[in-house]
Amino acid sequence: MPEPSTPVESCDVLVAGGGPAGIAAACTAAASGAAVILVDDNSAPGGQIWRSRRKHPQKGLAGDWLAKFSAVTVRRLFGHRVVAAPQPRLLLVEGPDGAVFIRCGKLILATGARELFLPFPGWTLPNVVGAGAIQALTKSGLDVRGKRVILAGSGPLLPAVAAHLKHAGADVAFIAEQASAAKLLRFGFGLLGRSGKLRQAFTLWRRIRPWRITPGSWPVCVEKSESGLKVVIQSGVARHTLYADYLACGFGLVPNNELAILVGCAVGSGGFVQVNHENAASVDWVYAVGELTGIGGVEKGVVEGQIAGSAATKQAVDRVLLRQRAAAVKFAAALADTFALRAEVRNLADAQTVICRCEDVRLAALSGLQDARELKLQTRCGMGPCQARICGPILQLLGLPGQPSVRPPIQPCRLKTLAAQIKE
Amino acid sequence: MSISSGRVIVVGAGIVGAACAWYLMRDGHQVTIVDRAGVGCGATAAGMGHIVVMDDSPAQMALTRYSRQLWNDMAPQLPASAEFVPSGTLWIADDAEEMAAAEKKAALYKSCDVDAVVLSPAELYAREANLRPGLAGALLVPADSVIYSPCAAAWLVNDVCSQGGILIKNAEVKAVRDDCVELRDGRVLQTDISVIASGTSLAELLPQFPVRARKGHLVITDRAPAFVRHQLVELGYLKSAHATEADSVAFNVQPRATGQLLIGSSRQYQMQSAQVDHGILQAMLNRAFYFMPSLKELGAVRAWAGFRAASPDHLPILGPVAGMAGVYVAGGHEGLGITTSLAGGRLIADMLAGRTSAIDPAPYLPARFAAGSGRERWHHG
Repeated sequence: MPEPSTPVESCDVLVAGGGPAGIAAACTAAASGAAVILVDDNSAPGGQIWRSRRKHPQKGLAGDWLAKFSAVTVRRLFGHRVVAAPQPRLLLVEGPDGAVFIRCGKLILATGARELFLPFPGWTLPNVVGAGAIQALTKSGLDVRGKRVILAGSGPLLPAVAAHLKHAGADVAFIAEQASAAKLLRFGFGLLGRSGKLRQAFTLWRRIRPWRITPGSWPVCVEKSESGLKVVIQSGVARHTLYADYLACGFGLVPNNELAILVGCAVGSGGFVQVNHENAASVDWVYAVGELTGIGGVEKGVVEGQIAGSAATKQAVDRVLLRQRAAAVKFAAALADTFALRAEVRNLADAQTVICRCEDVRLAALSGLQDARELKLQTRCGMGPCQARICGPILQLLGLPGQPSVRPPIQPCRLKTLAAQIKE
Repeated sequence: MSISSGRVIVVGAGIVGAACAWYLMRDGHQVTIVDRAGVGCGATAAGMGHIVVMDDSPAQMALTRYSRQLWNDMAPQLPASAEFVPSGTLWIADDAEEMAAAEKKAALYKSCDVDAVVLSPAELYAREANLRPGLAGALLVPADSVIYSPCAAAWLVNDVCSQGGILIKNAEVKAVRDDCVELRDGRVLQTDISVIASGTSLAELLPQFPVRARKGHLVITDRAPAFVRHQLVELGYLKSAHATEADSVAFNVQPRATGQLLIGSSRQYQMQSAQVDHGILQAMLNRAFYFMPSLKELGAVRAWAGFRAASPDHLPILGPVAGMAGVYVAGGHEGLGITTSLAGGRLIADMLAGRTSAIDPAPYLPARFAAGSGRERWHHG
């Protein structure tokens, strides 16, 4: 009594991920006349970064690409997630109506990145959230009007989220940037050569100026108090105690590389997929674009998406794009260097700090285990529903063994999806 | 040939090596455990952790019954992390023919002093409401249990180390000689006795033993507390387990202490890669859905594959290695390694002490695979 057999869809190019990079890849590949399918977990195009502007008419880069995407012939499977790769060039996908197999000539991975969570005493308390998460929550209805928010972390996401929260009516009380003032200054000078980036930074700066970012500062611990969250901030040699309704942390991004690893792509340090100048990965039918190859923002994603979209359909790759890509990759390296987490920030956890939220594993339980497999088996760290998506990067941050193994399903799915059989 | 308080090296820190080390430590030996990875990282981690009496042969019955007793005696000492749960086994009868087999099995178990109760369909559904309607009944074996084997192995090894034993991790053994064990990194460990419990890699050190790797798959679900209460196995499992060449699957579901379910089982030979094979995974899950259709909607968290170390006659190989003074083997436990590990360790310790064992060790002795015995070959078909 096997499950009814599952249909197979075929395409020349399958794009996994509907953010800026995936949209650019799908549009470019479709322009060649190739049959293109785009799969994304979200309900609409745009990914994390272009999510907000759905209700309002789009402007700028987002508007251009979303308009282009709505006009091309691409089969769109939103609300679908890739769960397994049973054979080369064959992916198993779960959607609202059940399982679908997709057979493809080429696969372009544009699976983006997720927030890196930093463990410090109190980081698992309610109202201690990711910076990206609080932005997404306000977009989907969380009312932050009049709420005091402390932002902490590192990188360009902080001012962007601060601006967003201000716009939503929140009181952004403090922005703690762990990178030093010297590093920020050096990065600022580097931007002078990139007028677009500088203009963006200037606009953000004007909007958040009243709160000033404090470089060289970070949260040491947080606890619940009668007047909300009590947050201790280290700033240089001084420590301040601040009170807030929310502590939103954004210490960086880690690539969603599970599908890349599952199909056999080589990944380098930081978990980024290794690609050549045309974004081809180490597996000959796979390309990787956007944050998956290095955190560089929307522009890098759009450029890489176009390059891979062309290369995957045997179109000549525009030389201008290749030059833009080289600059974007350089910018990504500068970002990584400027906002690299300092040792003090990486080592805030104490013995009782939770490392694995799913299985409630604390740092003390992990001491003395030097082998990644043994650590997981003996403590259950990484065995929960998130399958080490959150604690895997944390273990690396702490210098603990924890290279997580990637096994299907790469995202939780129903058992019947995993049991799906191809209709011949 | 009794040896007391000698130096012993146990090669392999899986559940079998851990059990050997534990009983040898209790006899006063100075025990060193060597593993190429860490504790319980091989088949011990890949398998289900079902402690079960099985009746393939009188020898298997004797060994599993004895070993289950040793586990039940040890249970009060085990840490909570070992997740020992006396869930019992329900052998599910799909039809009247299998129900007749259940009755026969019950009679055999009772004749061996193993508690076993035949359940009518109504009694079965009262215990396991999520099974599909129309089943013929079941056999309940109440004293079987489930365990989280990696932590059980770690507890045994830690106990050995707390008594002065030594654990050497990440050390691959290159060769075993009468008086020493040579490591790949050049170290030579002098010893009086060595016990080879290296699981599927036994043949690398002792090629005379016909142990083969038999691949198996498992899937673990989201938490679904009380969805299943007993270890559930179809009676047809025996047919699957007996097929020595063909790939096979069987319905085998286990409730974990976490509220999750482990779903098995599959058997494949000739497989090198531990990657998940979707074809057999689909067959295995569809077999599970046949007995328990409501499983379909549960969430799958991950699937994995591992290898069992199988001997041709489905019995472990326990005892001295011919022609190698002081070298013993404990291997070939196949899918019953968790169950039979304790009895195997105890028998090895008895042999070294010159003690009479609680059960006859003869059926498990390595001598049965001596050249020319005909036992060393795998029968095909």
